[in-house]
Amino acid sequence: MSGVATVMGYALRESLRRRVFVIVLILTVCFLALYALAAREAFSEVTEFRGVVDEQERILFGATLLGLAMFGTLFLGAVLAVFLTLGVVRGDAERGLLQPLVVRPIGRVQLLVGRFLAAGAVCALYVFAVYLAAVAITDAIGGWSPDRLLLPGVSLAGGMLFLVAVSLLGSVFLSATANGIAIFMVFGAGLVGGLLGQLGEGLQSPTLEDIGRNVSWALPFEALYQSGLSALTEDTVGFAKIVVNLGPFGGARDMGAGIWPWTAAYTALVGVLAAVGFARRDL
Amino acid sequence: MPPALLAQRIEKRYGRTLALRGVDLEVAEGELVGLLGPNGAGKSTLVKIACGLVRASGGRADVCGSPAGSAAARASLGYLAELFRFPGWYSADELLELHQRLTRSTGGAAERLELLRLVGLDAARHTRVEAMSKGMQQRLGIAQALVGGPRLLLLDEPTSALDPVGRRLVRSVLEGVRNRGVAVVLNSHLLGEVELVCDRVAIMRDGLIVADGTPAELARPRGVEIDTDAGTELVPAARRDDVPRLVAELVGRGTPVYGVRVLAGTLEEVYLEAVGEATS
Ligand SMILES: Nc1ncnc2c1ncn2[C@@H]1O[C@H](COP(=O)(O)OP(=O)(O)OP(=O)(O)O)[C@@H](O)[C@H]1O
Ligand SMILES: [Mg+2]
Repeated sequence: MSGVATVMGYALRESLRRRVFVIVLILTVCFLALYALAAREAFSEVTEFRGVVDEQERILFGATLLGLAMFGTLFLGAVLAVFLTLGVVRGDAERGLLQPLVVRPIGRVQLLVGRFLAAGAVCALYVFAVYLAAVAITDAIGGWSPDRLLLPGVSLAGGMLFLVAVSLLGSVFLSATANGIAIFMVFGAGLVGGLLGQLGEGLQSPTLEDIGRNVSWALPFEALYQSGLSALTEDTVGFAKIVVNLGPFGGARDMGAGIWPWTAAYTALVGVLAAVGFARRDL
Repeated sequence: MPPALLAQRIEKRYGRTLALRGVDLEVAEGELVGLLGPNGAGKSTLVKIACGLVRASGGRADVCGSPAGSAAARASLGYLAELFRFPGWYSADELLELHQRLTRSTGGAAERLELLRLVGLDAARHTRVEAMSKGMQQRLGIAQALVGGPRLLLLDEPTSALDPVGRRLVRSVLEGVRNRGVAVVLNSHLLGEVELVCDRVAIMRDGLIVADGTPAELARPRGVEIDTDAGTELVPAARRDDVPRLVAELVGRGTPVYGVRVLAGTLEEVYLEAVGEATS
Protein backbone atom coordinates (compact mmCIF):
# COMPACT_ATOMS: atom_id res chain seq x y z
CA MET A 1 0.00 0.00 0.00
CA SER A 2 2.85 2.39 0.74
CA GLY A 3 3.91 1.94 -2.87
CA VAL A 4 0.51 3.16 -4.04
CA ALA A 5 0.77 6.19 -1.75
CA THR A 6 4.23 6.98 -3.12
CA VAL A 7 2.97 6.84 -6.69
CA MET A 8 0.01 9.07 -5.76
CA GLY A 9 2.38 11.61 -4.27
CA TYR A 10 4.53 11.45 -7.38
CA ALA A 11 1.50 11.98 -9.64
CA LEU A 12 0.14 14.90 -7.61
CA ARG A 13 3.54 16.54 -7.53
CA GLU A 14 3.83 16.14 -11.29
CA SER A 15 0.51 17.96 -11.73
CA LEU A 16 1.55 20.72 -9.35
CA ARG A 17 4.86 21.24 -11.10
CA ARG A 18 3.37 21.17 -14.55
CA ARG A 19 1.10 23.98 -13.35
CA VAL A 20 -1.94 21.93 -14.29
CA PHE A 21 -3.70 23.03 -11.13
CA VAL A 22 -2.91 26.72 -11.60
CA ILE A 23 -4.29 26.70 -15.12
CA VAL A 24 -7.36 24.74 -14.07
CA LEU A 25 -7.97 27.11 -11.17
CA ILE A 26 -7.79 30.18 -13.41
CA LEU A 27 -10.06 28.65 -16.03
CA THR A 28 -12.53 27.52 -13.38
CA VAL A 29 -12.73 30.97 -11.84
CA CYS A 30 -13.37 32.40 -15.32
CA PHE A 31 -16.02 29.75 -15.96
CA LEU A 32 -17.83 30.42 -12.68
CA ALA A 33 -17.63 34.18 -13.17
CA LEU A 34 -19.17 33.83 -16.61
CA TYR A 35 -21.80 31.56 -15.15
CA ALA A 36 -22.65 34.08 -12.45
CA LEU A 37 -22.91 36.80 -15.07
CA ALA A 38 -25.19 34.69 -17.25
CA ALA A 39 -27.33 33.72 -14.25
CA ARG A 40 -27.75 37.36 -13.24
CA GLU A 41 -28.66 38.37 -16.75
CA ALA A 42 -31.14 35.53 -17.12
CA PHE A 43 -32.89 36.02 -13.79
CA SER A 44 -32.97 39.84 -14.08
CA GLU A 45 -34.44 39.54 -17.55
CA VAL A 46 -37.34 37.63 -16.12
CA THR A 47 -37.84 40.05 -13.31
CA GLU A 48 -37.77 43.07 -15.60
CA PHE A 49 -40.14 41.45 -18.03
CA ARG A 50 -42.81 40.39 -15.61
CA GLY A 51 -42.15 42.49 -12.54
CA VAL A 52 -41.84 39.41 -10.29
CA VAL A 53 -40.42 35.97 -10.91
CA ASP A 54 -43.12 33.38 -10.63
CA GLU A 55 -42.22 30.04 -9.06
CA GLN A 56 -42.45 27.96 -12.25
CA GLU A 57 -40.18 30.34 -14.12
CA ARG A 58 -37.70 30.39 -11.29
CA ILE A 59 -37.50 26.59 -11.50
CA LEU A 60 -37.25 26.66 -15.29
CA PHE A 61 -34.41 29.17 -15.33
CA GLY A 62 -32.59 27.70 -12.36
CA ALA A 63 -32.67 24.13 -13.63
CA THR A 64 -31.70 25.07 -17.17
CA LEU A 65 -28.82 27.24 -16.01
CA LEU A 66 -27.55 24.67 -13.55
CA GLY A 67 -27.88 21.99 -16.23
CA LEU A 68 -25.69 24.14 -18.45
CA ALA A 69 -23.20 24.57 -15.61
CA MET A 70 -23.14 20.79 -15.15
CA PHE A 71 -22.36 20.36 -18.81
CA GLY A 72 -19.49 22.84 -18.52
CA THR A 73 -18.28 21.12 -15.36
CA LEU A 74 -18.36 17.73 -17.04
CA PHE A 75 -16.35 19.11 -19.93
CA LEU A 76 -13.74 20.79 -17.71
CA GLY A 77 -13.50 17.66 -15.60
CA ALA A 78 -12.99 15.54 -18.71
CA VAL A 79 -10.19 17.84 -19.88
CA LEU A 80 -8.54 17.50 -16.50
CA ALA A 81 -8.99 13.70 -16.42
CA VAL A 82 -7.49 13.31 -19.87
CA PHE A 83 -4.51 15.57 -19.32
CA LEU A 84 -3.64 14.02 -15.97
CA THR A 85 -3.51 10.51 -17.41
CA LEU A 86 -3.01 10.57 -21.16
CA GLY A 87 0.67 9.61 -21.08
CA VAL A 88 0.92 7.53 -17.92
CA VAL A 89 2.17 4.34 -19.57
CA ARG A 90 3.26 4.66 -23.17
CA GLY A 91 3.84 8.38 -23.17
CA ASP A 92 6.05 8.24 -20.07
CA ALA A 93 7.79 5.10 -21.32
CA GLU A 94 8.65 6.81 -24.61
CA ARG A 95 10.19 9.66 -22.68
CA GLY A 96 12.14 7.33 -20.39
CA LEU A 97 10.32 8.51 -17.27
CA LEU A 98 8.52 5.26 -16.53
CA GLN A 99 11.35 2.71 -16.59
CA PRO A 100 13.12 3.86 -13.41
CA LEU A 101 9.83 3.47 -11.51
CA VAL A 102 8.67 0.19 -12.99
CA VAL A 103 11.88 -1.71 -12.21
CA ARG A 104 11.34 -0.97 -8.53
CA PRO A 105 9.60 -3.58 -6.40
CA ILE A 106 6.29 -1.67 -6.31
CA GLY A 107 5.41 -3.07 -9.72
CA ARG A 108 3.01 -2.20 -12.45
CA VAL A 109 -0.36 -2.83 -10.81
CA GLN A 110 0.42 -0.58 -7.86
CA LEU A 111 1.69 2.05 -10.26
CA LEU A 112 -1.60 2.01 -12.15
CA VAL A 113 -3.67 1.98 -8.96
CA GLY A 114 -1.71 4.92 -7.56
CA ARG A 115 -2.16 6.86 -10.77
CA PHE A 116 -5.87 6.05 -10.86
CA LEU A 117 -6.43 7.11 -7.26
CA ALA A 118 -4.49 10.35 -7.68
CA ALA A 119 -6.16 11.46 -10.92
CA GLY A 120 -9.54 10.06 -9.89
CA ALA A 121 -9.53 11.88 -6.56
CA VAL A 122 -8.46 15.16 -8.15
CA CYS A 123 -11.08 15.02 -10.91
CA ALA A 124 -13.91 13.76 -8.70
CA LEU A 125 -13.29 16.43 -6.06
CA TYR A 126 -12.89 19.03 -8.76
CA VAL A 127 -16.22 18.42 -10.50
CA PHE A 128 -17.97 18.09 -7.15
CA ALA A 129 -16.57 21.41 -5.95
CA VAL A 130 -17.36 23.23 -9.20
CA TYR A 131 -20.88 21.81 -9.17
CA LEU A 132 -21.42 23.01 -5.59
CA ALA A 133 -20.07 26.43 -6.51
CA ALA A 134 -22.55 26.61 -9.40
CA VAL A 135 -25.36 25.57 -7.05
CA ALA A 136 -24.37 28.30 -4.61
CA ILE A 137 -24.25 30.91 -7.38
CA THR A 138 -27.66 29.83 -8.71
CA ASP A 139 -29.14 29.97 -5.25
CA ALA A 140 -27.62 33.35 -4.43
CA ILE A 141 -28.67 34.97 -7.69
CA GLY A 142 -31.91 33.23 -8.57
CA GLY A 143 -33.07 31.87 -5.24
CA TRP A 144 -33.41 28.35 -6.61
CA SER A 145 -31.65 25.18 -5.56
CA PRO A 146 -31.99 21.67 -6.99
CA ASP A 147 -34.33 19.05 -5.55
CA ARG A 148 -31.39 16.74 -4.86
CA LEU A 149 -28.46 18.81 -3.71
CA LEU A 150 -25.60 16.27 -3.70
CA LEU A 151 -26.63 13.52 -6.10
CA PRO A 152 -25.92 15.46 -9.33
CA GLY A 153 -22.40 16.30 -8.08
CA VAL A 154 -21.78 12.70 -7.08
CA SER A 155 -22.96 11.60 -10.52
CA LEU A 156 -20.46 13.90 -12.19
CA ALA A 157 -17.72 12.58 -9.88
CA GLY A 158 -18.60 8.98 -10.75
CA GLY A 159 -18.34 9.83 -14.42
CA MET A 160 -14.87 11.23 -13.80
CA LEU A 161 -13.66 7.97 -12.25
CA PHE A 162 -14.83 6.12 -15.34
CA LEU A 163 -13.12 8.58 -17.70
CA VAL A 164 -9.86 8.39 -15.74
CA ALA A 165 -9.92 4.59 -15.98
CA VAL A 166 -10.58 4.69 -19.72
CA SER A 167 -7.80 7.21 -20.26
CA LEU A 168 -5.37 5.02 -18.28
CA LEU A 169 -6.38 2.03 -20.39
CA GLY A 170 -5.78 4.07 -23.53
CA SER A 171 -2.39 5.19 -22.25
CA VAL A 172 -1.25 1.55 -22.14
CA PHE A 173 -1.71 1.14 -25.88
CA LEU A 174 -1.57 4.62 -27.40
CA SER A 175 1.03 7.33 -27.42
CA ALA A 176 0.04 10.40 -25.42
CA THR A 177 -1.33 12.48 -28.29
CA ALA A 178 -3.27 9.62 -29.84
CA ASN A 179 -4.73 8.73 -26.46
CA GLY A 180 -5.81 12.30 -25.78
CA ILE A 181 -7.57 12.48 -29.13
CA ALA A 182 -9.18 9.07 -28.60
CA ILE A 183 -10.56 9.93 -25.17
CA PHE A 184 -12.04 13.22 -26.37
CA MET A 185 -13.67 11.33 -29.23
CA VAL A 186 -15.15 8.88 -26.73
CA PHE A 187 -16.33 11.84 -24.68
CA GLY A 188 -17.89 13.42 -27.76
CA ALA A 189 -19.54 10.15 -28.72
CA GLY A 190 -21.16 10.04 -25.30
CA LEU A 191 -22.56 13.54 -25.71
CA VAL A 192 -23.86 12.76 -29.19
CA GLY A 193 -25.51 9.64 -27.82
CA GLY A 194 -27.20 11.71 -25.15
CA LEU A 195 -28.42 14.22 -27.71
CA LEU A 196 -29.74 11.43 -29.93
CA GLY A 197 -31.68 10.07 -27.00
CA GLN A 198 -33.24 13.48 -26.32
CA LEU A 199 -34.00 13.93 -29.98
CA GLY A 200 -35.65 10.52 -29.98
CA GLU A 201 -37.74 11.54 -27.01
CA GLY A 202 -38.74 14.82 -28.65
CA LEU A 203 -39.58 13.19 -31.96
CA GLN A 204 -41.09 10.19 -30.22
CA SER A 205 -38.79 7.87 -32.16
CA PRO A 206 -38.19 4.66 -30.19
CA THR A 207 -35.21 3.74 -32.38
CA LEU A 208 -33.37 6.98 -31.62
CA GLU A 209 -34.25 6.65 -27.98
CA ASP A 210 -32.86 3.12 -27.92
CA ILE A 211 -29.64 4.23 -29.56
CA GLY A 212 -29.31 7.06 -27.08
CA ARG A 213 -29.94 4.75 -24.15
CA ASN A 214 -27.44 2.16 -25.38
CA VAL A 215 -24.75 4.77 -25.92
CA SER A 216 -25.40 6.12 -22.44
CA TRP A 217 -24.94 2.70 -20.88
CA ALA A 218 -21.90 1.96 -23.02
CA LEU A 219 -20.34 5.26 -21.89
CA PRO A 220 -21.72 5.55 -18.37
CA PHE A 221 -20.28 9.01 -17.65
CA GLU A 222 -23.05 10.17 -20.00
CA ALA A 223 -25.69 8.08 -18.24
CA LEU A 224 -24.56 9.46 -14.88
CA TYR A 225 -24.68 12.98 -16.23
CA GLN A 226 -28.24 12.41 -17.47
CA SER A 227 -29.21 10.97 -14.10
CA GLY A 228 -27.64 13.94 -12.37
CA LEU A 229 -29.58 16.34 -14.58
CA SER A 230 -32.84 14.59 -13.86
CA ALA A 231 -32.12 14.70 -10.12
CA LEU A 232 -32.05 18.52 -10.34
CA THR A 233 -35.83 18.56 -10.75
CA GLU A 234 -36.65 15.14 -9.37
CA ASP A 235 -39.62 16.25 -7.23
CA THR A 236 -40.75 19.07 -9.51
CA VAL A 237 -44.12 18.84 -11.25
CA GLY A 238 -46.08 21.00 -13.62
CA PHE A 239 -45.26 23.28 -16.50
CA ALA A 240 -41.62 23.92 -15.53
CA LYS A 241 -40.81 20.22 -15.40
CA ILE A 242 -42.22 19.66 -18.87
CA VAL A 243 -40.25 22.55 -20.34
CA VAL A 244 -37.06 21.51 -18.54
CA ASN A 245 -37.40 18.04 -19.99
CA LEU A 246 -37.60 19.49 -23.49
CA GLY A 247 -34.65 21.85 -23.11
CA PRO A 248 -31.32 21.06 -24.73
CA PHE A 249 -29.50 20.41 -21.46
CA GLY A 250 -32.42 19.73 -19.22
CA GLY A 251 -33.86 16.82 -21.17
CA ALA A 252 -32.62 14.41 -18.57
CA ARG A 253 -33.52 10.81 -18.07
CA ASP A 254 -33.14 8.99 -14.82
CA MET A 255 -31.23 5.82 -15.59
CA GLY A 256 -32.33 4.12 -12.39
CA ALA A 257 -30.21 2.97 -9.48
CA GLY A 258 -28.70 0.23 -11.62
CA ILE A 259 -26.38 2.72 -13.24
CA TRP A 260 -24.21 2.84 -10.12
CA PRO A 261 -23.22 -0.82 -9.81
CA TRP A 262 -22.96 -0.94 -13.61
CA THR A 263 -20.51 1.97 -13.67
CA ALA A 264 -18.51 0.54 -10.77
CA ALA A 265 -18.21 -2.89 -12.41
CA TYR A 266 -17.44 -1.33 -15.78
CA THR A 267 -14.72 0.90 -14.30
CA ALA A 268 -13.21 -2.10 -12.52
CA LEU A 269 -13.21 -4.09 -15.77
CA VAL A 270 -11.48 -1.24 -17.61
CA GLY A 271 -8.92 -1.16 -14.79
CA VAL A 272 -8.29 -4.90 -15.05
CA LEU A 273 -7.85 -4.63 -18.82
CA ALA A 274 -5.37 -1.81 -18.30
CA ALA A 275 -3.43 -3.85 -15.73
CA VAL A 276 -3.33 -6.91 -17.99
CA GLY A 277 -2.26 -4.85 -21.00
CA PHE A 278 0.38 -3.07 -18.96
CA ALA A 279 1.72 -6.35 -17.54
CA ARG A 280 2.23 -7.71 -21.06
CA ARG A 281 3.81 -4.59 -22.45
CA ASP A 282 7.53 -4.33 -23.26
CA LEU A 283 8.93 -1.01 -22.10
CA MET B 1 24.54 -18.53 -3.02
CA PRO B 2 22.67 -18.25 -6.37
CA PRO B 3 24.37 -16.23 -9.10
CA ALA B 4 23.39 -12.57 -9.32
CA LEU B 5 22.21 -13.13 -12.87
CA LEU B 6 21.58 -16.41 -14.62
CA ALA B 7 20.31 -16.25 -18.18
CA GLN B 8 19.63 -19.52 -19.95
CA ARG B 9 18.81 -19.77 -23.65
CA ILE B 10 17.08 -16.40 -23.63
CA GLU B 11 15.22 -15.57 -26.81
CA LYS B 12 13.43 -12.37 -27.68
CA ARG B 13 11.35 -11.67 -30.73
CA TYR B 14 10.05 -8.20 -31.57
CA GLY B 15 7.56 -8.88 -34.35
CA ARG B 16 9.78 -10.22 -37.11
CA THR B 17 13.05 -9.15 -35.49
CA LEU B 18 14.83 -11.85 -33.54
CA ALA B 19 16.72 -9.66 -31.06
CA LEU B 20 18.08 -12.50 -28.91
CA ARG B 21 18.54 -16.03 -30.15
CA GLY B 22 19.51 -18.15 -27.17
CA VAL B 23 21.74 -16.18 -24.84
CA ASP B 24 23.45 -17.88 -21.90
CA LEU B 25 25.11 -15.66 -19.35
CA GLU B 26 25.99 -16.14 -15.72
CA VAL B 27 27.16 -13.30 -13.51
CA ALA B 28 28.47 -14.28 -10.10
CA GLU B 29 28.13 -12.31 -6.90
CA GLY B 30 30.63 -9.45 -6.95
CA GLU B 31 31.57 -9.94 -10.60
CA LEU B 32 31.85 -7.00 -12.96
CA VAL B 33 30.90 -8.07 -16.47
CA GLY B 34 31.18 -5.88 -19.52
CA LEU B 35 28.67 -6.48 -22.29
CA LEU B 36 30.03 -5.39 -25.67
CA GLY B 37 28.66 -5.59 -29.15
CA PRO B 38 27.70 -3.52 -32.17
CA ASN B 39 24.50 -1.45 -32.32
CA GLY B 40 21.50 -3.74 -32.41
CA ALA B 41 23.37 -6.76 -31.04
CA GLY B 42 20.81 -7.15 -28.25
CA LYS B 43 22.69 -5.81 -25.20
CA SER B 44 19.91 -3.50 -24.02
CA THR B 45 17.28 -6.16 -24.69
CA LEU B 46 19.14 -8.66 -22.50
CA VAL B 47 19.46 -6.16 -19.65
CA LYS B 48 15.79 -5.14 -19.96
CA ILE B 49 14.76 -8.78 -19.68
CA ALA B 50 16.88 -9.11 -16.54
CA CYS B 51 15.12 -6.17 -14.90
CA GLY B 52 11.64 -7.17 -16.02
CA LEU B 53 10.96 -4.34 -18.46
CA VAL B 54 10.80 -6.73 -21.40
CA ARG B 55 9.39 -10.25 -21.39
CA ALA B 56 11.54 -12.95 -22.95
CA SER B 57 10.00 -14.99 -25.76
CA GLY B 58 11.89 -18.06 -24.60
CA GLY B 59 14.42 -19.27 -22.07
CA ARG B 60 14.75 -18.36 -18.44
CA ALA B 61 16.37 -15.58 -16.48
CA ASP B 62 16.90 -15.45 -12.73
CA VAL B 63 18.10 -12.56 -10.61
CA CYS B 64 19.57 -13.64 -7.27
CA GLY B 65 17.59 -16.85 -7.47
CA SER B 66 14.20 -15.26 -8.30
CA PRO B 67 12.61 -15.21 -11.77
CA ALA B 68 13.43 -11.99 -13.62
CA GLY B 69 10.52 -9.56 -13.41
CA SER B 70 9.23 -10.86 -10.07
CA ALA B 71 9.00 -8.45 -7.16
CA ALA B 72 11.80 -10.30 -5.37
CA ALA B 73 14.06 -10.02 -8.41
CA ARG B 74 13.28 -6.33 -8.79
CA ALA B 75 14.01 -5.78 -5.12
CA SER B 76 17.57 -7.02 -5.56
CA LEU B 77 18.60 -4.97 -8.56
CA GLY B 78 19.40 -1.43 -9.53
CA TYR B 79 19.07 -0.26 -13.12
CA LEU B 80 20.05 2.69 -15.22
CA ALA B 81 18.49 2.70 -18.68
CA GLU B 82 20.26 3.74 -21.85
CA LEU B 83 17.61 6.40 -22.44
CA PHE B 84 16.22 7.68 -19.19
CA ARG B 85 14.78 10.88 -17.86
CA PHE B 86 13.98 11.99 -14.36
CA PRO B 87 11.25 14.55 -13.67
CA GLY B 88 12.88 17.94 -14.03
CA TRP B 89 11.27 19.34 -10.90
CA TYR B 90 13.00 16.91 -8.51
CA SER B 91 16.24 17.89 -6.84
CA ALA B 92 18.97 15.26 -6.67
CA ASP B 93 18.18 14.63 -3.03
CA GLU B 94 14.42 14.40 -3.61
CA LEU B 95 14.88 11.96 -6.47
CA LEU B 96 16.92 9.65 -4.29
CA GLU B 97 14.30 10.01 -1.56
CA LEU B 98 11.60 8.94 -4.01
CA HIS B 99 13.62 5.87 -4.90
CA GLN B 100 14.27 5.14 -1.25
CA ARG B 101 10.52 5.00 -0.77
CA LEU B 102 10.06 2.84 -3.85
CA THR B 103 12.72 0.39 -2.65
CA ARG B 104 11.66 0.69 1.01
CA SER B 105 15.22 1.64 1.86
CA THR B 106 15.73 2.71 5.45
CA GLY B 107 19.03 4.45 4.71
CA GLY B 108 17.54 7.92 5.19
CA ALA B 109 19.47 11.14 4.61
CA ALA B 110 22.79 9.44 5.36
CA GLU B 111 22.41 7.00 2.47
CA ARG B 112 21.41 9.79 0.10
CA LEU B 113 24.37 11.93 1.04
CA GLU B 114 26.76 9.02 0.74
CA LEU B 115 25.49 8.12 -2.73
CA LEU B 116 25.62 11.71 -3.96
CA ARG B 117 29.14 12.02 -2.60
CA LEU B 118 30.08 8.80 -4.36
CA VAL B 119 29.11 10.21 -7.76
CA GLY B 120 30.45 13.68 -7.01
CA LEU B 121 27.08 15.40 -6.74
CA ASP B 122 27.04 16.27 -3.03
CA ALA B 123 27.40 19.96 -3.88
CA ALA B 124 24.44 19.69 -6.28
CA ARG B 125 22.22 18.05 -3.67
CA HIS B 126 19.51 20.68 -4.01
CA THR B 127 19.94 21.31 -7.73
CA ARG B 128 16.90 20.41 -9.78
CA VAL B 129 17.28 17.77 -12.47
CA GLU B 130 16.18 20.27 -15.13
CA ALA B 131 19.14 22.47 -14.22
CA MET B 132 21.65 19.63 -14.54
CA SER B 133 23.88 18.83 -17.48
CA LYS B 134 23.39 15.45 -19.15
CA GLY B 135 26.53 14.14 -17.51
CA MET B 136 25.32 15.20 -14.06
CA GLN B 137 22.01 13.47 -14.74
CA GLN B 138 23.85 10.33 -15.72
CA ARG B 139 25.84 10.37 -12.50
CA LEU B 140 22.61 10.98 -10.59
CA GLY B 141 21.19 7.99 -12.46
CA ILE B 142 24.03 5.82 -11.18
CA ALA B 143 23.38 7.02 -7.62
CA GLN B 144 19.67 6.29 -8.14
CA ALA B 145 20.50 2.75 -9.27
CA LEU B 146 22.48 2.19 -6.07
CA VAL B 147 19.64 3.23 -3.74
CA GLY B 148 18.66 0.46 -1.35
CA GLY B 149 21.89 -1.49 -1.78
CA PRO B 150 21.14 -3.71 -4.79
CA ARG B 151 22.97 -7.00 -5.26
CA LEU B 152 22.94 -6.67 -9.03
CA LEU B 153 23.58 -3.42 -10.84
CA LEU B 154 22.52 -3.21 -14.49
CA LEU B 155 23.98 -0.19 -16.26
CA ASP B 156 23.19 0.42 -19.91
CA GLU B 157 25.86 2.73 -21.32
CA PRO B 158 26.13 4.76 -18.11
CA THR B 159 29.07 6.86 -19.27
CA SER B 160 27.89 7.84 -22.75
CA ALA B 161 27.47 11.50 -21.74
CA LEU B 162 30.40 11.76 -19.34
CA ASP B 163 33.63 13.67 -19.76
CA PRO B 164 36.92 11.84 -19.11
CA VAL B 165 36.97 12.86 -15.45
CA GLY B 166 33.41 11.67 -15.02
CA ARG B 167 34.27 8.37 -16.65
CA ARG B 168 37.15 7.81 -14.30
CA LEU B 169 34.89 8.65 -11.39
CA VAL B 170 32.36 6.08 -12.56
CA ARG B 171 35.11 3.49 -12.97
CA SER B 172 36.15 3.97 -9.39
CA VAL B 173 32.50 3.85 -8.27
CA LEU B 174 32.10 0.53 -10.08
CA GLU B 175 35.25 -0.88 -8.54
CA GLY B 176 34.00 0.26 -5.14
CA VAL B 177 30.62 -1.45 -5.44
CA ARG B 178 32.16 -4.57 -6.91
CA ASN B 179 34.50 -4.77 -3.93
CA ARG B 180 31.44 -4.67 -1.70
CA GLY B 181 30.15 -7.82 -3.39
CA VAL B 182 27.71 -6.20 -5.82
CA ALA B 183 27.54 -7.80 -9.24
CA VAL B 184 27.60 -5.37 -12.15
CA VAL B 185 26.61 -5.73 -15.79
CA LEU B 186 27.98 -2.84 -17.79
CA ASN B 187 26.83 -2.28 -21.38
CA SER B 188 29.29 -0.15 -23.21
CA HIS B 189 30.86 0.75 -26.51
CA LEU B 190 33.98 2.04 -24.79
CA LEU B 191 36.39 -0.85 -25.06
CA GLY B 192 39.14 0.87 -23.13
CA GLU B 193 36.85 1.49 -20.22
CA VAL B 194 35.57 -2.08 -20.20
CA GLU B 195 39.10 -3.44 -20.42
CA LEU B 196 40.17 -1.31 -17.46
CA VAL B 197 37.38 -2.14 -15.09
CA CYS B 198 35.71 -5.43 -15.98
CA ASP B 199 36.52 -8.86 -14.58
CA ARG B 200 34.90 -10.48 -17.56
CA VAL B 201 33.81 -9.43 -20.99
CA ALA B 202 30.99 -10.90 -23.07
CA ILE B 203 30.76 -9.86 -26.69
CA MET B 204 27.39 -10.05 -28.41
CA ARG B 205 26.55 -10.12 -32.05
CA ASP B 206 23.19 -10.64 -33.72
CA GLY B 207 21.51 -11.75 -30.53
CA LEU B 208 24.17 -14.23 -29.49
CA ILE B 209 27.19 -14.13 -27.19
CA VAL B 210 30.12 -14.82 -29.49
CA ALA B 211 33.01 -14.38 -27.05
CA ASP B 212 33.17 -14.57 -23.27
CA GLY B 213 36.17 -14.44 -20.95
CA THR B 214 38.46 -12.26 -18.89
CA PRO B 215 40.09 -9.42 -20.80
CA ALA B 216 43.41 -11.28 -20.48
CA GLU B 217 41.93 -14.51 -21.83
CA LEU B 218 40.32 -12.72 -24.73
CA ALA B 219 43.37 -10.65 -25.56
CA ARG B 220 45.32 -13.52 -27.07
CA PRO B 221 49.06 -13.07 -27.58
CA ARG B 222 50.19 -12.09 -31.08
CA GLY B 223 53.84 -13.06 -30.86
CA VAL B 224 57.13 -11.37 -30.10
CA GLU B 225 58.73 -8.45 -31.94
CA ILE B 226 62.52 -8.21 -31.93
CA ASP B 227 64.57 -5.22 -33.13
CA THR B 228 67.97 -6.21 -34.62
CA ASP B 229 70.39 -4.46 -36.96
CA ALA B 230 68.49 -6.18 -39.79
CA GLY B 231 65.27 -4.41 -38.77
CA THR B 232 62.21 -5.53 -36.82
CA GLU B 233 61.32 -9.17 -36.93
CA LEU B 234 57.96 -10.65 -35.80
CA VAL B 235 57.89 -14.21 -34.45
CA PRO B 236 54.10 -14.88 -34.43
CA ALA B 237 54.18 -18.20 -32.61
CA ALA B 238 56.43 -16.97 -29.82
CA ARG B 239 55.22 -16.20 -26.26
CA ARG B 240 56.70 -14.33 -23.31
CA ASP B 241 58.38 -17.52 -22.10
CA ASP B 242 60.21 -17.86 -25.41
CA VAL B 243 61.94 -14.46 -25.13
CA PRO B 244 65.16 -15.53 -23.26
CA ARG B 245 65.71 -18.41 -25.70
CA LEU B 246 65.10 -16.23 -28.78
CA VAL B 247 67.45 -13.52 -27.54
CA ALA B 248 70.14 -16.06 -26.58
CA GLU B 249 69.96 -17.62 -30.05
CA LEU B 250 70.33 -14.26 -31.81
CA VAL B 251 73.16 -13.10 -29.57
CA GLY B 252 74.82 -16.51 -30.01
CA ARG B 253 74.73 -15.95 -33.78
CA GLY B 254 76.35 -12.57 -33.23
CA THR B 255 73.25 -10.52 -34.05
CA PRO B 256 72.89 -7.43 -31.82
CA VAL B 257 69.44 -7.12 -30.17
CA TYR B 258 68.16 -3.56 -29.57
CA GLY B 259 64.71 -4.30 -28.24
CA VAL B 260 62.09 -6.99 -27.57
CA ARG B 261 58.33 -6.57 -27.29
CA VAL B 262 55.75 -9.20 -26.30
CA LEU B 263 52.59 -8.40 -28.30
CA ALA B 264 49.20 -9.01 -26.73
CA GLY B 265 46.04 -8.61 -28.80
CA THR B 266 44.07 -5.64 -27.64
CA LEU B 267 40.44 -6.01 -26.71
CA GLU B 268 39.67 -3.90 -29.73
CA GLU B 269 41.28 -6.45 -32.01
CA VAL B 270 39.46 -9.29 -30.31
CA TYR B 271 36.24 -7.33 -30.58
CA LEU B 272 36.66 -6.58 -34.26
CA GLU B 273 37.50 -10.19 -34.94
CA ALA B 274 34.44 -11.40 -33.01
CA VAL B 275 31.88 -9.06 -34.55
CA GLY B 276 33.40 -8.70 -37.98
CA GLU B 277 32.20 -5.52 -39.58
CA ALA B 278 28.74 -5.88 -38.03
CA THR B 279 26.88 -2.73 -37.11
CA SER B 280 23.29 -1.76 -37.73
N1 LIG C 1 10.81 -2.21 -28.91
C1 LIG C 1 11.37 -2.79 -29.98
N2 LIG C 1 10.61 -3.11 -31.04
C2 LIG C 1 11.13 -3.70 -32.11
N3 LIG C 1 12.43 -4.02 -32.24
C3 LIG C 1 13.25 -3.72 -31.23
C4 LIG C 1 12.76 -3.08 -30.05
N4 LIG C 1 13.80 -2.92 -29.21
C5 LIG C 1 14.88 -3.42 -29.84
N5 LIG C 1 14.56 -3.90 -31.06
C6 LIG C 1 15.48 -4.56 -32.00
O1 LIG C 1 16.16 -5.57 -31.28
C7 LIG C 1 17.51 -5.63 -31.66
C8 LIG C 1 18.39 -5.46 -30.44
O2 LIG C 1 18.25 -4.15 -29.93
P1 LIG C 1 19.01 -3.64 -28.63
O3 LIG C 1 18.47 -2.31 -28.31
O4 LIG C 1 18.95 -4.69 -27.60
O5 LIG C 1 20.49 -3.51 -29.16
P2 LIG C 1 21.79 -2.94 -28.43
O6 LIG C 1 22.80 -4.01 -28.49
O7 LIG C 1 21.44 -2.41 -27.09
O8 LIG C 1 22.20 -1.75 -29.40
P3 LIG C 1 22.85 -0.32 -29.07
O9 LIG C 1 24.31 -0.56 -28.93
O10 LIG C 1 22.55 0.48 -30.28
O11 LIG C 1 22.23 0.21 -27.84
C9 LIG C 1 17.70 -4.54 -32.71
O12 LIG C 1 17.60 -5.16 -33.97
C10 LIG C 1 16.54 -3.63 -32.49
O13 LIG C 1 16.17 -3.03 -33.70
MG1 LIG D 1 21.47 -0.55 -26.25
